[in-house]
Amino acid sequence: MREFKILGIVVFFTLVTYWGVEPFAHSQMHKHVEGHEFVYDGTADIEETVDAKKEMKKAYWADVAKIATLKGDATSGEAVYAMCMGCHMEGAVNMGGVTPPSLEHTGALYDKNYLIALIKDPAVAMNTDHKFADTMMHPMGSIKTMVTEPQQIADVVAYLLTKKAGEVTPKEAYAEACGRCHEMRYAKWTQLGKTPFFKEKKDELAHQIKVLDEQAAVKGYMGKLPPDLSMIIRARSEHFLETFVENPQSQLAGTSMPRVGLSKEGYEKVTAYLTMIGDPSKPAREAIGPWVILFFVVFAVLAYLWKKETWREVH
Amino acid sequence: MAKFEKAKSVHEWLDQRLAINTLQRVLSTEYWIPKDINFLWAMGLVLAVTFGLLLISGIFLLMYYKPDVATAFDSVNYTIMTEVGYGWLWRHIHGVAASVVFLIIYIHMFTGIYYGSYKKGREMIWISGMLLFVTFSAEAFSGYMLPWGQMSYWAGMVITNLFSGGSLEAYGLVEWIRGDYVPGDAFLTRFFMLHVFLLPLVIIGLIVFHFGTLRIPHVNNQEGEEIDFDEAAKLYKEGKKKESKVIPFNPVFLSKDVFVLGIYFVLFFYLVFFHFEFAMDPVNFDTADGLKTPPHIYPEWYFLWSYEILRPFSKDIGLIAFGIAQVALFFLPFIDRSPNVAPAHKRGLFKIWFWVFIVDMIILTILGKLPPQGIFNDLGLVAAIVFLLLGPALVVVTLKEKKL
Ligand code: HEC
Ligand code: HEC
Ligand code: HEM
Repeated sequence: MREFKILGIVVFFTLVTYWGVEPFAHSQMHKHVEGHEFVYDGTADIEETVDAKKEMKKAYWADVAKIATLKGDATSGEAVYAMCMGCHMEGAVNMGGVTPPSLEHTGALYDKNYLIALIKDPAVAMNTDHKFADTMMHPMGSIKTMVTEPQQIADVVAYLLTKKAGEVTPKEAYAEACGRCHEMRYAKWTQLGKTPFFKEKKDELAHQIKVLDEQAAVKGYMGKLPPDLSMIIRARSEHFLETFVENPQSQLAGTSMPRVGLSKEGYEKVTAYLTMIGDPSKPAREAIGPWVILFFVVFAVLAYLWKKETWREVH
Repeated sequence: MAKFEKAKSVHEWLDQRLAINTLQRVLSTEYWIPKDINFLWAMGLVLAVTFGLLLISGIFLLMYYKPDVATAFDSVNYTIMTEVGYGWLWRHIHGVAASVVFLIIYIHMFTGIYYGSYKKGREMIWISGMLLFVTFSAEAFSGYMLPWGQMSYWAGMVITNLFSGGSLEAYGLVEWIRGDYVPGDAFLTRFFMLHVFLLPLVIIGLIVFHFGTLRIPHVNNQEGEEIDFDEAAKLYKEGKKKESKVIPFNPVFLSKDVFVLGIYFVLFFYLVFFHFEFAMDPVNFDTADGLKTPPHIYPEWYFLWSYEILRPFSKDIGLIAFGIAQVALFFLPFIDRSPNVAPAHKRGLFKIWFWVFIVDMIILTILGKLPPQGIFNDLGLVAAIVFLLLGPALVVVTLKEKKL
């Protein structure tokens, strides 16, 4: 029928235009970055490195792989963990630019290989070693002298993966993985945590000053204040966020944001929070959408019957 | 004063005072439409309804939007999207409708061109339509400024810069338009005024005008046949509905329009709920930052073809080409010299001209979004030159056309 032919032509040209300005244009605008499925074996880091450090990185990640094969003992790991608590304790304060995050759910959020690498040398694991002449200068760098034996590393990682791997909420995931650097004003979150309610204006202002001091410290360390992540879930594509968190250097070469070595599950928790805050209507859309569409399907069917009825006598 | 009898019903009471019976007859039950039309003739009503959706959703958004550079972004992205009940729904309806309305406008325009519905008495329909197109464009652009995201700011910067006129360096004019050296509070509040008051008012007026221009020439039909409407209407009223070439707007034409609307709404709400990203650019979810130029600045998809006519040339030539492209379509009824009102497939060379035009518009649209590098740049130059040549080509093609 003629009308279907016309419809076909309209649909065809519409889809070609859509394809051109959306999927195709975006594929041309953004450089393609391979995802690594949250596997941390240093491949990308070694590839990126062009200077003398290449060999060092090869040896480093080979060591990490070796340590990963050791059988860790969680009980001995607890003693090593006490050293971590020197910095990561409850009520930790800013050191070298950031406040060390809580490690309460580290085992549930981070990847095993990444944790090994992190304890071996934080700056290299986070892929920000280019910022430090000596990776000891990293705010967590001194761990290199505290935990030196491969077995110790295996033990403390075993401890984290068994004892610090409890159920984690999306909010806790965000707080521990991103919250020390990134503000989130739509969730009343600052680098100092959730902003409490103050009865007195004076207390509120005093708190604001503390936040400003913390932000100044983070800015001093990172070179710029990390952006607020309230709307980031809609401002970046899924693929960008995933590859960026896996390895920020892959998307923004030279950036000061460190790698956050999340596991797939950990990453999903973090994005669940970013979605709750930045795109909270998602569940409502999914619940109401089908009904609205169904309503108009019924509407269209009824309208069709009306049309048939009215046109019968004119044809 | 006229003499009034006591009315027996509310209807009669109103009819005495407002002549609603006459109005209804003239505007609807005896407003004649050719029978030989297809669903493309429903696009006008689809446009009117989509404009209605924009108006209603816009009113809801307006209750919470704050035109101030410090609060605009959060009033949209936090207050409306999070705190206001169903605020997200109104925003998505508004955003998707603003994009889809242009798709329908283009279909509506190309339909007019295909069937030759812009000539021989229908020139004013076309011109009023073009005025609507231009006003709609301004409405869309001003609306895009309001969330005060990165793309609002930078698109605002780039587009207002065009008014410096290239080598004329009329920066005074640019500043006058912006109310400042760079887009800022004064800029935002004036575009807010335009978007929620002046332009909608003009659009409503133009829609009424557009409808008025349809009155005397009536709409065209699939074969471009010249119909004696009085004759055909007489037949219809005598009950010879099958023989008559016309149908009344209400209920016959309307029943088909409403069916097309139903299908349209299914698609429209699918987009609103599940596929709105195309209408809401991710970059605009970053707050405006005058110190951080985004790597790619591009307008919304419906402006891309004219943007691509600007880009591949040197500054001044680009501006002139852009200026020509903006006004060229207004003159279509006068550039087309053929005496025929007929669908393109019956008009020989014009058919080829038409499809080259469509394909060139789409190529320009796609290239307008791609980074202007290498092959894309060369293709853009060719496509823009083709567009400019299509004007003179139409004169030649239509002068040669034989009377059908
Ligand atoms: C000298 C203080 C210090 C010690 C000791 C320390 N950390 Fe840290 N840790 C930090 C600081 C500071 C950061 C934040 C670094 C940054 O964001 O650049 C951090 C970050 C982390 C992170 C987040 C890494 C990421 O990629 O986001 C983890 C996990 C972690 N530490 C685990 C540990 C474990 C396990 C130990 C013990 C084996 C430990 N830390 C010992 C100071 C310390
Ligand atoms: C140690 C501090 C730190 C931590 C922890 C951190 N970031 Fe960042 N992040 C930064 C800095 C600094 C930037 C700015 C980077 C730039 O512009 O070069 C940034 C930028 C970003 C950006 C914007 C990139 C762009 O396109 O401009 C995103 C998205 C992001 N971070 C996500 C995250 C997520 C998700 C987490 C937690 C899983 C996280 N960040 C943890 C410091 C951090
Ligand atoms: C929101 C904007 C618009 C609305 C609400 C609108 C509405 C309408 C309506 C209801 C009709 C009659 C039914 C039909 O043929 O579809 C019509 C016809 C027409 N419109 Fe529009 N229109 C709009 C924009 C435009 C534009 C941008 C153009 C082109 C420049 C245009 C050109 C025409 C032409 C040529 C006709 C006559 C079609 C024919 O005779 O077959 N309109 N319009």
